[in-house]
Amino acid sequence: MTSTACFIIVSRNDIPIYEAEVGSAAKREDAAQLHQFVLHAALDIVQDLAWTTSAMFLKAIDRFNDLVVSVYVTAGHTRFMLLHDSRNEDGIKSFFQEVHELYIKILLNPLYLPGSRITSSHFDTKVRALARKYL
Amino acid sequence: MIGTGKIKQYANVLDKPLGKGKQEVSLSAFAFLFSELVQYNQTQVDNISELETRLEDAGYAVGARVLELLCQRDKGNRRETRLLGILSFVHSTVWKVLFGKVADSLEKGTEHEDEYMISEKELLVNRFISIPKDMGTFHCGAFVAGIVKGVLENAGFPAVVTAHFVPVQGQQRPRTTILIKFAEEVLRREARLG
Repeated sequence: MTSTACFIIVSRNDIPIYEAEVGSAAKREDAAQLHQFVLHAALDIVQDLAWTTSAMFLKAIDRFNDLVVSVYVTAGHTRFMLLHDSRNEDGIKSFFQEVHELYIKILLNPLYLPGSRITSSHFDTKVRALARKYL
Repeated sequence: MIGTGKIKQYANVLDKPLGKGKQEVSLSAFAFLFSELVQYNQTQVDNISELETRLEDAGYAVGARVLELLCQRDKGNRRETRLLGILSFVHSTVWKVLFGKVADSLEKGTEHEDEYMISEKELLVNRFISIPKDMGTFHCGAFVAGIVKGVLENAGFPAVVTAHFVPVQGQQRPRTTILIKFAEEVLRREARLG
């Protein structure tokens, strides 16, 4: 089953620190830019919504054509955003939780500056593996 | 053969489970490390306020990480969205994990709406430190103030946090108070959330 999915981690200061196209569909050149644009536009909605609930997983907060944006906000207000076309909410929630654990491990590195780009290739590999597993 | 018990070796830190972490760390090791931190920074700066700023920055880095880690570990993935919530989180959970006990008291300032104070009879980091007379108002608790600032700012409650000595009647050593002054936007948002 092919699915489009774009995953972005945005820091507290609205700077993307990690991006990955994790869908299994064939990638098109313009699709990637469009996905990023939609995700950034959804940031405003996240900002308001984040203060109304103490849960970390905010479900589907925005839609674009047939794609849905789901967001997970961590305690430090780092946002994990996923643009996808599937309806598997539990899978997405588990995906976010596992990526959250990976993110904390990266953050705990004293040499990692919070809010800077995540460049670890191991992290990239693991995120893609998790995406194949849950999405 | 003795000692062949296998501890699983992980190739990369990302594979290691987060786990509960060590509950206790050697106090003397920490005191030694902290004193070296202060001494190193003393050689790098020209005046006291810069030294305090440097200690605060060191604490800020700790605070940012402690916030994320504790919310995941101890609070089951729930964020704090209210002022009192985050303050009691700092006062009990953070203090308990870092210093082994909850802070002595959490008070709201009487003069200004945006001031709160966390008091402690003797900060753990100051236990083996004495301030020479010519350094006046310098307080090594700036490190702890930095930790609190890191937690608050990353949770979305920007604040100016400072550490002060408060002399107490009938006691030789003064108490330490961490003064937290929240930014305007925090109060406005609190009022909006009702």
